[in-house]
Amino acid sequence: MATAIEYFKLLPKTNCKDCGQPTCLAFAMLLANQKAKIEDCPHVSKESKAVLSESAAPLMRTVSVGTGGSAVEMGGETVIYRHERRFVNQTAYALTVCDDLEGKALEDRVNTVSALSFERVGMIFAADMISIKNVSGDPSRFAETAKAVSALWKKPFILETDDVSAMEKALEAVGKLRPMIYGAGPGNLDRMAALAKKHGCTLGIKADGPESAADLSVKAKAAGAEDLVLDLGCPNLKRCLEDQTVARRAAVKKKFKPLGYPLMNRVGCGEYAVAIAAVSTMKYGSLVIFDDLKNYEALPLMTLRQNIYTDPQVPIQVKQALYPIGNPGEHSPVMFTTNFSLTYFTVRADIEKSRIPVWLQIVNTEGLSVLTAYAAGKFEPEKVAEAFEESGVLSKTNGPVVVPGLVARMSGKLEEAIGRKVIVGTNESKHIPKHLKEITSQ
Amino acid sequence: MAEIPSVKEKYTGKIEEIVFGNCVAGGADGMPFLSFENTLKRRPMIAGEVVDDLTDYPEIAAEMFDGRQKDPVEWANMWKEIGADMICMRFPGAAPDKKGTTPDAAVSIVKSIAEKTGLPIMVTGCGIPDIDNKLAEAVGGAMKGTKIILGKTEEHEYKKISAVCVSNGHAVLAFSNLDINLAKQMNILLTDFGVGRDGITMDPLMAALGMGLDYSYSVNERIRLAALSGDRMLQVPMVCDCTGAWDVGDAVSTDDPSLGDAKHRVAWWEAMTALAAMLSGADILVMRGPGAADMARVYAEELTGVS
Ligand code: B12
Ligand code: SF4
Repeated sequence: MATAIEYFKLLPKTNCKDCGQPTCLAFAMLLANQKAKIEDCPHVSKESKAVLSESAAPLMRTVSVGTGGSAVEMGGETVIYRHERRFVNQTAYALTVCDDLEGKALEDRVNTVSALSFERVGMIFAADMISIKNVSGDPSRFAETAKAVSALWKKPFILETDDVSAMEKALEAVGKLRPMIYGAGPGNLDRMAALAKKHGCTLGIKADGPESAADLSVKAKAAGAEDLVLDLGCPNLKRCLEDQTVARRAAVKKKFKPLGYPLMNRVGCGEYAVAIAAVSTMKYGSLVIFDDLKNYEALPLMTLRQNIYTDPQVPIQVKQALYPIGNPGEHSPVMFTTNFSLTYFTVRADIEKSRIPVWLQIVNTEGLSVLTAYAAGKFEPEKVAEAFEESGVLSKTNGPVVVPGLVARMSGKLEEAIGRKVIVGTNESKHIPKHLKEITSQ
Repeated sequence: MAEIPSVKEKYTGKIEEIVFGNCVAGGADGMPFLSFENTLKRRPMIAGEVVDDLTDYPEIAAEMFDGRQKDPVEWANMWKEIGADMICMRFPGAAPDKKGTTPDAAVSIVKSIAEKTGLPIMVTGCGIPDIDNKLAEAVGGAMKGTKIILGKTEEHEYKKISAVCVSNGHAVLAFSNLDINLAKQMNILLTDFGVGRDGITMDPLMAALGMGLDYSYSVNERIRLAALSGDRMLQVPMVCDCTGAWDVGDAVSTDDPSLGDAKHRVAWWEAMTALAAMLSGADILVMRGPGAADMARVYAEELTGVS
């Protein structure tokens, strides 16, 4: 992306105002912030336009796999460190289905992959894709398996084979679903690229280090395949970290186009595979294909991905509102907490565990946790009272009002503000069920 | 072959080296593990956590130490056997509502650990300033001549422990709250107080996976980048305490079978916290679980290219 000064140099500098801006410089600033289009200035020269469209081209291509709402996007990254700007498209995880499975066995395998799903902080974590791997060596089997999987699995998938004829056959069967084609290398690049072009699919290239990846991407582009994902062939953690860092910096800082594509890793299963995936998730990988992934590995890995890809400027939040849990009535307790997603969902889950109906009041603390918000002066008794007022919860129930244990300090002031007695709750929400039982049995 | 433009950054700063017996912490002159810009061939140190009182210590972790967790010295020795480089000896039991471990008792534990394991030690108290200061004074004096880390110091409570460190040649553990400016402020305060360059380790609060790791990861990266760009007040080794992973509900919960085996899950929870810490700049990792500590050590060795 060009800077304001770079744009300014290419403008006519006449300050004629035809673009609606007072000066060319003002217009250049809008361009740099992507708030205006170059076409809004009727006087830019053809040459400048050409230069601009080249420099406005994204540093890293965004590619997609699949169709419609379920398509997975990869790449499009613009920075090296997440504190500079939010990372764009989170690392996708794919699990393998081999084409030696059929019938019930195949169905079971796809179901196992689908079942690998968790809910955390109000978000669903799951495998994003299936990679159909040609282990049978038989092109027809590969195509049949692809067809069978596409009937069972509604998300995007990857066709994984070095065999051009197998790839061709499978694409005839399922190409319109825009699977990713993974298996292009030095030996078959032209033919794989031609298939990618013909079916409009993203092409995964197996390289051996950043240099060979750059060579192969240039060749693939020349052969008409532009939507690429580069597998640098990292054999271990160190190569994964260093080579992917080289590729990302070359693309984003040095504007080196041959490496301006998303990166991927092909791993097996077990502890080491998960370690590579973790490093790749933090350091610039857009796709990891696993042989398999266990639930106790997947949950921490997907939590890591969620942490790395959140917006560093804006915590994930929920709305200030009254959230009734389990059909509360006129004697049910009132609990309240902050609108930080993590806090809300943790507390909510523990209240649900108690099976006791509760009125849960969420107070807008701009997405800060209980203690952080309190320390920042954003979780004051007056604010809590206002939220109660707004939702009218105190007229819906005469049940006890429970203060989060960590801010027991606010109890006195809160009692004054709402004119009602309060109870101090537990510090940790995991002890809420026990405490709720005690206070509701009285 | 295509010529890839050089992506090596030219940094002007270097992280201070602190020597603990046979071990050295710090020394990086580039971002972690990038051999094309960081000439350091030294992996982060792994400090195994030992506590004097198991009241608030998770049972699922205690079970992993074969009963040896009941005796801090035995426990520390087990850490040595499984490859730890340092012992992080914590005294939550010094609090009056717990065991009430006295400064003398703490001295005897720390000295015995040093004798038995020969490893460097990091010592922290129970979080109550008056008690921790007395504990640090006793332990710091008794360990004169063997460099240890003493903590924690905070913005409004650092003078006593710092004085003990200065007069006995120890390093201060400088805690700050997830903020690059606060971290820098702590190091300025300590420097102004007279703590030398080889006497500060910084703890910028490593939030666990799923509990604010996103903040820590970026704060650490920013601290390390600023240090490498020449900010002397941030050029000190960074301590990341990964044990918070054991407080995360999703990591240890046994309620939901679809989350898979809890022992494996929490090991990964802590190991991933450690991986995030070391990729963002940690020089010393404090670890609770032996499995996670092992993963952290092996991966760190591999990333560094030494074993
Ligand atoms: C991540 C973090 C941050 C992030 C913000 C994250 C966020 N969105 O809130 C950042 C970096 C921005 C931050 C900033 C600050 N932070 Co901060 N931060 C943390 C950290 C590491 C984790 C907080 C967290 O996410 N907890 C998880 C959530 C789920 O916890 P929770 O909201 O408390 O909810 C739990 C319980 O309270 C309970 N609960 C919640 N609601 C209810 C309701 C009821 C009825 C009941 C019964 C129970 C209950 O259940 C939950 C699970 O057990 C903690 C330290 C730590 N390890 O805990 C410090 C911590 C909270 N921060 C602290 C401080 C001082 C600050 C700052 C003021 C310092 C600064 N840097 O200037 C700022 C203030 C922010 C501001 N804008 O000015 C202190 C608070 C000290 C105190 N005792 O008051 C802490 C404790 C660190 C410390 N040890 O010093 N922080
Ligand atoms: S229309 Fe073009 S030449 Fe006129 S002020 Fe705007 S940018 Fe400048």
